[in-house]
Amino acid sequence: MQTPLLEIKDLVTVFNTARGRIKAVDGVSLQVHSGETLGIVGESGCGKTMLALSIMRLVPGDGRIANGEIIFSGQNLLTLSEEDMRARRGSEISMIFQEPMTSLNPVLRIGEQIAEAIRLHRNLPAKKALELSVDLLREVGIPDPQKRVRDYPHNLSGGMRQRVMIAMAMSCHPKLLLADEPTTALDVTIQAQILDLISSLKQKNNMAVIFITHDLGVIAQNAQKVAVMYAGKIVESAPVEALFAKPLHPYTEGLLESIPAVCAASGRKGEYLKTIPGTVPGLYDLTAGCRFQDRCPYAFADCQSKEPALAEIETGHFVSCWKYDGKNSLRE
Amino acid sequence: MMSGTLVEISQLSKQYTLSGGFFSAQKRIIHAVNHIDLQIFKGETLGVVGESGCGKSTLARLMTRLEKPTGGSINFKGENIFSYSGEALKSYRRGVQIIFQDTYSSLNPRKSALSMIKEPLTIHRLGSAKEREAKALEMMSKVGLKKEQAKRYPHEFSGGQRQRIGIARALVLNPELIIADEPVSSLDVSIQAQILNLLLDLKNDFHLTYMFISHDLNVIRFISDRIAVMYLGRIVELTTNENIYSRPLHPYTRMLLDAVPSCDPRQKKEKMKIKGEAMLESSQGCSFQNRCLYRKEICTKEEPPLKKFDEQSYCACHRAGSIQDML
Repeated sequence: MQTPLLEIKDLVTVFNTARGRIKAVDGVSLQVHSGETLGIVGESGCGKTMLALSIMRLVPGDGRIANGEIIFSGQNLLTLSEEDMRARRGSEISMIFQEPMTSLNPVLRIGEQIAEAIRLHRNLPAKKALELSVDLLREVGIPDPQKRVRDYPHNLSGGMRQRVMIAMAMSCHPKLLLADEPTTALDVTIQAQILDLISSLKQKNNMAVIFITHDLGVIAQNAQKVAVMYAGKIVESAPVEALFAKPLHPYTEGLLESIPAVCAASGRKGEYLKTIPGTVPGLYDLTAGCRFQDRCPYAFADCQSKEPALAEIETGHFVSCWKYDGKNSLRE
Repeated sequence: MMSGTLVEISQLSKQYTLSGGFFSAQKRIIHAVNHIDLQIFKGETLGVVGESGCGKSTLARLMTRLEKPTGGSINFKGENIFSYSGEALKSYRRGVQIIFQDTYSSLNPRKSALSMIKEPLTIHRLGSAKEREAKALEMMSKVGLKKEQAKRYPHEFSGGQRQRIGIARALVLNPELIIADEPVSSLDVSIQAQILNLLLDLKNDFHLTYMFISHDLNVIRFISDRIAVMYLGRIVELTTNENIYSRPLHPYTRMLLDAVPSCDPRQKKEKMKIKGEAMLESSQGCSFQNRCLYRKEICTKEEPPLKKFDEQSYCACHRAGSIQDML
């Protein structure tokens, strides 16, 4: 098997706050290969964005990476100097964010913003960089790119702004793209176009993509592998078909069942949706044992005392749950 | 369950004029709501679906009389709501309540949950102080909040719980019609399901009629009896829940349905023919023409009116019916 482009081992990102120390990312391990899309799914506050920012080494404020390794192309990013890291950020690893309006500089023309990355990372003269940014805009499907490079972000619609973000992220042909909820703020018809764009760019450049979203439909259609996060931990990871056909973790099961109609081919109008009771626990008040125990319909004594580890139940299908004891057998 | 028309909207329009900037004499007119005809029947849930900028929230604001129309009327139980003033307006507002999308900005951060739920009763001078408090507490338990949470402030609640406060506040006046403007859009899926179930429960308990606005076709399908699809200020299709998913009439409806990613990874959709963005500048002919795959000459010349297609369905497309096999 080929070596993964990115391998994260036991990553822990902590925040020191007035109320104490919390682990936003708590012992996460994962692998991504070139040309592969890994979907990371979870509800707000589960740590999926902090995971992405940790990979970029852009953990904000009082946060820091306390443990683990992030091995990218054979090098541990966590041991690099800030200067070496900066050389990789935006060139080998790029990131696109949820809200393109706040991620773009409102007082610079979009052409200049795209050209900046090209100038810095590829050492090209300004004029050449600007020409390249016109090509990039054309590649991401912006009509009339010659004229559009001179636009400011406010001249563009939300979908167009996200295309600009993608053009910027692609400007140095990254090996890894981190996409953090890139379509959440967009309408469905625009979302479909942006997803198509990301997947065609991925294929063309044999790029690895980590796609972070709360939308299981987007994951189902775009990812090859999925990791489900809950309260800072990965609780289940599997190839996409396996996860949707047979979710093993009670949380994944609950998430899939709480999506209304269109997904479940049968119209269930008028019937109740299955729900997961309660809310995601705050990271301040985690108790001993499994983090999902309070909301879990199957919880038993073991769940209160010991935290389950991620174990391979079927080939490539990992889950952390005491329900599965040993070889794929469900405990009563 | 359904009996009679509760709301009759006819030829409703709302235009906004944008000035072209300080140095420009040119003005742009935005038709946020453009000659809409729509009925809401007592006891039903009417889903209104469309993308951002299609005018669905403006419609909600007109319904609640937060905006005045530039044309047309809304009749509530046979009376034009824009003729109301004084006591009549107050009584209309008791009967029609709204639930907002953003639970953070629609609640007052300096008021406790209980006092916010009580406030509508105070404004409408219903009952004594004691009765108001009892009624507010009763509403809290109806929406699944605990008594101990009564004195807490918005920031102490999660998003789902804040939406429960918003719902309790809307229901405390015993309204007949609830306008729900994207009530679950900012919530996580597992919480969204809880709120949708709650809305179903309350509808039965309080014999409510809902106008449910959302951009999410999954949610709309789950909750609605009939569905109106809006595009750039107009209703382009209006039909029953079953019809819209099994037999969309308008090419835009088809496009919306295709755009929703399926939760079954095996069911890869064929590469879709979704293109373009909504064109805001008004021009001649059908407003969907620039994105439509079935455009004919007539579409560039005449705006198609919303026409009856069969007993249950209305569609605003010159080619409705003739392109069904292709959709």
